[in-house]
Amino acid sequence: MHTTFDEMRAHDGSVRPGYRCFSDWLDSTPEEVISRKREEADLTFHRVGITFAVYGEEAGKERLIPFDIVPRIIPAQEWQRIAAGLRQRVKALNAFLHDIYHDQEILKAGRIPAEQVLGNSQYHQEMLGVTVSGNIYAHIAGIDLVRAGAGEYYVLEDNLRTPSGVSYMLEDRKMMMRLFPELFARQAIAPVEHYPDLLLNNLRSVAPATASNPNVVLLTPGQFNSAYFEHAFLAQQMGIELVEGNDLFVRDNTVFMRTTLGPRRVDVIYRRIDDDFLDPLAFRKDSVLGVPGLFGAYRAGRVTLANAVGTGIADDKAMYIHVPEMIRFYCGEEPILSNVPTWELSKPDDLKHVLAHLAELVVKEVHGSGGYGMLIGPTASKDELRIFRAKIVAEPQKYIAQPTLSLSTCPTFVDADVAPRHIDLRPFVLSGSDEVTMVPGGLTRVALKQGSLVVNSSQGGGTKDTWVLEH
Amino acid sequence: MLSSTADHLFWMARSMERAENTARMLDVTYRMSLLTRSTAEPFQQWSAMLSISGLHVDFDERNVDLNAESVLRFMALDEDNPSSIFSSLQNARENARAVRGTVTSEMWEALNHTWLQIRDMQARGIPEDGVSAFFEWVKERSHHSRGITHGTLLRDDAFRFLRLGTFLERADNTARILDVKYHIMLPSLADVGGAGDYYQWSSLLRSVSAFESYRKVYRDQITPRRVAELLILRADMPRSLAACTNEVNRLVQEINGPRSGELVRRSGLLHAELKFGRIDEIVELGLHEYLTGFLNRIHTIGALIDQTYFWSDEA
Repeated sequence: MHTTFDEMRAHDGSVRPGYRCFSDWLDSTPEEVISRKREEADLTFHRVGITFAVYGEEAGKERLIPFDIVPRIIPAQEWQRIAAGLRQRVKALNAFLHDIYHDQEILKAGRIPAEQVLGNSQYHQEMLGVTVSGNIYAHIAGIDLVRAGAGEYYVLEDNLRTPSGVSYMLEDRKMMMRLFPELFARQAIAPVEHYPDLLLNNLRSVAPATASNPNVVLLTPGQFNSAYFEHAFLAQQMGIELVEGNDLFVRDNTVFMRTTLGPRRVDVIYRRIDDDFLDPLAFRKDSVLGVPGLFGAYRAGRVTLANAVGTGIADDKAMYIHVPEMIRFYCGEEPILSNVPTWELSKPDDLKHVLAHLAELVVKEVHGSGGYGMLIGPTASKDELRIFRAKIVAEPQKYIAQPTLSLSTCPTFVDADVAPRHIDLRPFVLSGSDEVTMVPGGLTRVALKQGSLVVNSSQGGGTKDTWVLEH
Repeated sequence: MLSSTADHLFWMARSMERAENTARMLDVTYRMSLLTRSTAEPFQQWSAMLSISGLHVDFDERNVDLNAESVLRFMALDEDNPSSIFSSLQNARENARAVRGTVTSEMWEALNHTWLQIRDMQARGIPEDGVSAFFEWVKERSHHSRGITHGTLLRDDAFRFLRLGTFLERADNTARILDVKYHIMLPSLADVGGAGDYYQWSSLLRSVSAFESYRKVYRDQITPRRVAELLILRADMPRSLAACTNEVNRLVQEINGPRSGELVRRSGLLHAELKFGRIDEIVELGLHEYLTGFLNRIHTIGALIDQTYFWSDEA
């Protein structure tokens, strides 16, 4: 194993500059105060009902995502570089999406193998030649970053479909300010509370040109969806309607919502349901979540969907390896943020290497998400390795492999003690008609089990407040 | 406002009101069954409780003896009984959850808290000596929710649909409780004034928080006719049919959607009849017949609200 980078302490045990203020406070605050505050946080989250549903468990069951009171702190300069890297990456991804659904210059130039794009199940033929407002596809991107042994950041994956978690970023901040207001007085911590405003401006900026005062709605699959709390929360914070498929209908290629005072036109739909379920006439026939005729109205440019249909091709793990090339091609720049080195198991040489080193690597399904269907070699049992090996041999094109990064750790409360736990970071990047914006920081997820590298909430991960220092 | 939002708000308020009224009805039945001089058999009392809610068939499917304990459990905590207090509170909470972006966070938190508590109670069961305390708790949570709604919610159509749900459900419940209790006590109408009757009628009044009001209004002994008058026609009595239809009538006029003509007409008609009605005429017609007719009309108004505002008839 490589050495692990700890966010708070350098290898010699000294506290890193960004954490000094917090560390002093922690040392001087009595244990019973801390444990009382932790209980208060738990109670509040329960009462407020900040919960998520877990698939596969008893229907309708809700759980809290564990919240840890030790913040993840990012120095100002470090964040500036991350932000520049994110801007660059998301611009390239949007340019890529526009390109492959129009002139396909990058394929013609041979920079990415055409069959990997056009033959990918995530490539939506229906989107060919469709003009989307502002040429923006991924209006909201959640880019997962991790930090390895020497403290260098890597992009682990791009989430360009319906990335979630931003409500926890906002609630975690609210909770920290409520529990420890004195900490915010001691240090200049960049605010994040204006995220809903930024998001609403962003969504309004991509409304069809014909809409003078755009009506923006948030489309949710409903209250049994795992992220329903977030949908309701964001709609409320933005002051827009939270709608389900049944609330909308399409007439004359125009989308309306049913209101008590009659139909009202809808211009922008921030949709939190997957492409496949959007419109039973265009995609899955059995979808009861979507709106018949929605895709027709969309193609006709009468309504904006955020994110656009067909973004899945760009955050597919098979396409991930090509993002640095996209940045060079569309931006004419070298990537600021690095990719994790990745083996494509569809390539015989890569496959051979991976099978020989399976116990050291992380293997992921190309189309998987949420930490499901992945193998973490170093912690897997012999049986698990054997079963996974068979799966890979049977369908190598379904998998990619990466070295097991030793994710950075951050001190975390475990029972009554503080111990290092692995973390990642998901900043939320907003692309509008003329700018790319974000709030400083993002959602820090933490793997609460000792040694675990899986931070997904569905797999027992927790969250932390993320502080970007202003100077 | 979204039609579905209005729908959820309406049912959120209705479910909470139903939980409260079910608690009230169970409470009065429980108290009456404790009276030694009860004119009606306890069995009849509990059976009537099921009649009020139209739940005899569901109960019979349980294949248990009909007695205080079994009916209490069925009506209070049975999760398979859609009208139990448990189910009503669950319903209120699920509806609130669906519109938590529309209600204030205090409202949502209150309903969620109530739900978390009843879930615990359901797991533990109600202790034998805690039956009355349980009903008090349900009423208190309902008062609490209503108070928060009044104290925090913007006075827009969301507020109006909530109120509409409250008063429609209350009108329905008051009519039902009066109908069934009157029926049980009828045999004793001949010797009004006996001590047993006094307790029966006073506990009925207490179940709708009308005992003190009765004293204030009539300053005289309790008679069945006056009880009926108070609970049907007195518009200043907050749980009476007149008070409820008064609110419903006002609310449908205020909401006044583009297709609300028939709804406004029906509500106005019902309101006018209660406003100008006389207890003598009602008794002459027969109280049971009158209340049955009233329930049908409340049902029609509910169906019209659904068609006018919730789009369930499809666009």
